Amino acid sequence: MSKNKIVTAVCAVLGLLGLGCGLYDFQNGVWVLDVERIVICMFGPMLVVGGLLFILLNRKELAATGVGFGKYRYLVGNLISRDLKVKYRRSTLGFLWSVLNPLLMALVINAVFSNLFKFKIEYFIVYYLTGSLIFNFMTEATSASLTSVLGAASLIKKVYIPKYIFPLEKCLFAFVNMLFSSVAVIIVILIKRMPVHWTALLFFFPMICVLIFSLGMSLILSSVNVFFRDVGHLYSVFTVAWMYLTPIIYPKDILPEFILNIMNLNPMFYYVEYFREVVMYGTVPNLAAHLMCIIYAFLFLALGLIIFKKQQDRFILYI
Amino acid sequence: MDGNNVIEVKDVTMRFNMSKERVDSLKEYIIKLAKHQLKFEEFIALNDVSLSIKKGEVVGIVGLNGSGKSTLLKVISGILRPSSGTAAISGSISPLIELGAGFDFDLTARENVFLNGSVLGFSKETMTEKMDEIIDFAELRDFMDVAIKNFSSGMVARLGFSIATITRPDILIVDEILAVGDFLFQQKCEKRISEMMSGGTTVIIVSHSIEQIERLCSRVIWLEKGNIIMDGPTQEVCDLYKAKAGNGK
Repeated sequence: MSKNKIVTAVCAVLGLLGLGCGLYDFQNGVWVLDVERIVICMFGPMLVVGGLLFILLNRKELAATGVGFGKYRYLVGNLISRDLKVKYRRSTLGFLWSVLNPLLMALVINAVFSNLFKFKIEYFIVYYLTGSLIFNFMTEATSASLTSVLGAASLIKKVYIPKYIFPLEKCLFAFVNMLFSSVAVIIVILIKRMPVHWTALLFFFPMICVLIFSLGMSLILSSVNVFFRDVGHLYSVFTVAWMYLTPIIYPKDILPEFILNIMNLNPMFYYVEYFREVVMYGTVPNLAAHLMCIIYAFLFLALGLIIFKKQQDRFILYI
Repeated sequence: MDGNNVIEVKDVTMRFNMSKERVDSLKEYIIKLAKHQLKFEEFIALNDVSLSIKKGEVVGIVGLNGSGKSTLLKVISGILRPSSGTAAISGSISPLIELGAGFDFDLTARENVFLNGSVLGFSKETMTEKMDEIIDFAELRDFMDVAIKNFSSGMVARLGFSIATITRPDILIVDEILAVGDFLFQQKCEKRISEMMSGGTTVIIVSHSIEQIERLCSRVIWLEKGNIIMDGPTQEVCDLYKAKAGNGK
């Protein structure tokens, strides 16, 4: 226990120092209020040093967890294939729905927004699809995970299984679904004859980051939902609000300056923007964007792991 | 852990909060918290229980309903984390607390073999290899590609038992499950458990059938209201238990 207190103390010190550096610009001797700068300064060193220290101090326990996961990796695979089978059971088109669904949705949105609101976005349908691909992956993963621990009640009560398996499996399942859905993006790009750049090869970076971020969110949501079922009802409203706060159907330049600054607090903004930059515009985002993507992903993963680990032994008493 | 012991339970106490009404929503929680009504009644399922079991022993646990038998098994198999004390085991464990835990009733029996196998921590290769043996033991060859929601409860239990006992675990935990199936299948189950015992597997059996315990076990633990009343050779404990249980009525 004292080991973890050391890690906490180190993280707290680094966080405070980082907050200072983030708020005060030493070169010019002025105070600045830039969310991006604060987040990077505050959490960057904290995550790297704290994470390494934690791994170093807890290497024995972590090795045991690793062995445990090795034994249960088949379970994760089997649960994913079960979810796939159950999802497409008795539907004639089966897996094709993962491609068709976003395609049809994009057609509707395209009809409404490019004709009605007349946003000046080139290849609007691609713009929408790239955004919704990343965002919907996150919503699907987290909403499915939300009830994953509760849904596995019959299992948790009868056999010992590491409980993080359930949110992890839901996230991986949503990831597989997203991979199918990305075929829709490719189809639309081909139909619209949009020029493709070599930077599109970087598409996996935001996807992996969103996966880690979603896993963190899922760990938090699934454990909180065991104790307070209200979270489930609230979360669906929350995701709708979140979607409108992320530039998915509208261009980000219609936002006023101060909202853009607040937007830097929205992790999904970075993932969506990064994905579009490499796939649509052929540019590689700057270093700060990379750092923000990584920091948000691991910040939420760390939070999720801490909360989940603290609560997991009490799950069985509440489900 | 002592070299010979495969199970060591030390000073285990298991407390449950029996909230009279469940507080499931945040609003209720805050209101109750503000009114200082968040009181829980404690229920002690296991009270400072200590025991150790050596490799190869066959231990029966007897006791009336609500004496803490199932809780003890769940603590040993790691499903419940004790409120205080420790429970340590060495080796692989196969808990038959409920047959077919993790079956998905929409999937076919064959798919469920893989799913249930992986719940117990077996690899896909192991399950493929043992598939025939599982089918034969469960006597379900004609039904393997049928969704198990169409199975009878006896068929589900047979399938569950065949999967759970397909590998030889170091520790086998049996909770009141031999009461399933017809008498022929019960005999088959008992035979398989006896085979495991002679193979050096440590077995813990919970049963209300004293005859079964007398037939299978070498040592019996008698639990009552979370306390160990007696722990000793089968005959001694069973005789006293029967006398006492008879008097109680």
